[in-house]
Amino acid sequence: MITLKLKEQLTIPLETEVISPDQFLAKNAAEIAHLPVVHGNQSAELGDFFTITGADGDGEIHVEGDLGRVKGIGTEMSRGRITIEGSVGMHLGAKMRGGEIIVHGDTGDWAGAEMHGGFIHVKGNAGHGLGGAYRGSPRGMNRGIILVDGNAGNETGAIMRRGLIAVQGNVGDFAGAFMIAGTLIVFGSLGGRPGAGIKRGTIVTFNPPELLPSFQYDCLYRPAFMRLVLQNLREHGAQVSDEQMTGYYHRYSGDFNALGKGEILVYDKR
Amino acid sequence: MTKIVNGVEIEDTFAEAFKMWGARVIITAKNRKWALEAATKMTGFATSVIGCKCEAGIEAELEETPDGRPGFSVLLFTPSKSDLPKRLMERIGQTVMTCPTTACFNGLDAPDRLSIGGQLRYFGDGFQMSKVVNKRRFWRIPVMEGEFLIEEKFGMQRSVGGGNFLVLGENVDVTLEATERAVEAMQKVRGIVLPFPGGIVRSGSKTRSQYKFLIASTNDAYCPTLRGAVKSELPEGVNSVLEIVIDGLTVEAVEESTRVGVLAACIPGIRRITAGNYGGTLGQFQIHLHKVLEEGVPA
Repeated sequence: MITLKLKEQLTIPLETEVISPDQFLAKNAAEIAHLPVVHGNQSAELGDFFTITGADGDGEIHVEGDLGRVKGIGTEMSRGRITIEGSVGMHLGAKMRGGEIIVHGDTGDWAGAEMHGGFIHVKGNAGHGLGGAYRGSPRGMNRGIILVDGNAGNETGAIMRRGLIAVQGNVGDFAGAFMIAGTLIVFGSLGGRPGAGIKRGTIVTFNPPELLPSFQYDCLYRPAFMRLVLQNLREHGAQVSDEQMTGYYHRYSGDFNALGKGEILVYDKR
Repeated sequence: MTKIVNGVEIEDTFAEAFKMWGARVIITAKNRKWALEAATKMTGFATSVIGCKCEAGIEAELEETPDGRPGFSVLLFTPSKSDLPKRLMERIGQTVMTCPTTACFNGLDAPDRLSIGGQLRYFGDGFQMSKVVNKRRFWRIPVMEGEFLIEEKFGMQRSVGGGNFLVLGENVDVTLEATERAVEAMQKVRGIVLPFPGGIVRSGSKTRSQYKFLIASTNDAYCPTLRGAVKSELPEGVNSVLEIVIDGLTVEAVEESTRVGVLAACIPGIRRITAGNYGGTLGQFQIHLHKVLEEGVPA
């Protein structure tokens, strides 16, 4: 396992896409220290900011410190596991393809943006654009699982194509906006305009949302697939009750301003 | 050389079994009643490929299922690889999808994969939706009751069909009791099904007939009413014969079920246990009764 400890608190952002099991593969601490990073608008080396110990062997990376201004950890990673003690900055696990990132704190915006696989577990809150699409991109998250124990910001799962995002708390506005497919589960409350422009895909919430008029009510039923999805989330550490697994859900179709083959499922608490 | 188990002669012969293709289907439902209903219907009229195009049976009631609901596993076999998806499509489409509250999952992790849910989804007429969970794709097909969930792909593998043994008894009552005991013991073996009613066949067949339009006819050599009219294989004192046919995903499972079945059938009143074969000229597998009994025969 490689351990990185931030030497001192940062005042300007540090871009660290190199903190990835793929980049650390078969390197020792000295070699890892020479990997390039960008500090503000200056090129630098990873070792300038982190104390690095250990050697790669099992694809595990442990990162410690006040990482709020450390951006891009785990970008495009395809294997291994990154554990982060504390909160971390923007673009965590963006475009990742495999492996696992566990954050014992909060993440900045764009965590898991456009990811293609793997698993991100944020034990605190997540920022805006969780699993979303960067401006101008045709699609956001395209496989993999993101689990947030706390809340998430606006545009969670925007334009997602595949995959599963689960937020145990609340999310901001435009959750699942323009979704193409995939599943977004919000155990708390949805913000404004959820599913705006959704083509296909599923948004699930456990509190009554305020829906756009371009959604139509369908029925109250027990969707069999929810057992599979929620069981899968349980196995990844989510708190899911038996009632949620087996309960009834109100189904709304939409967005009829778009293709209209998406759905919002609202748990029936009776 | 003969072998005697609990006073029953085990003939030194073998069952001649054939190469088949098999799949395992897991059916779940709201409760046991409806899961069993679908499983029973799916495996109905699937006793022999001679007349039913496939052979199928309920393998087991499951303690754990993919969606946590009550469920049963079903095995279905066909002689050819290309027939298997057709039979699965017909039977799942007509008997599982139509049954209230059911869902249908693949139960066989095999490299050969058949698109079953991937074809049945078209019943949704464009309103079907898919979900990928744990790298497995499922199709949600809207139906009048709500939604039918089925896995996209089902595994299939080379299997074994036509394992068998015959129980020769003094009368029909004791022969039936012996075969019932055998079936009870054999159904504890995973990977096999006994496709005939209650697992037992009374009308075993031979592969010829005096009628040109029939490919199989009654096994006259084992019919007690024909003892005096044909070259009978029945020993003295035998007045009834029942057969158990076994289909399995592996030859090992068929052998194990044969072993426990034969042992369970050795009760007073049974004179002999033998097996059906064609002299070893047709089947790819030979399940020798003595060999499978070498281990496990009570002292």
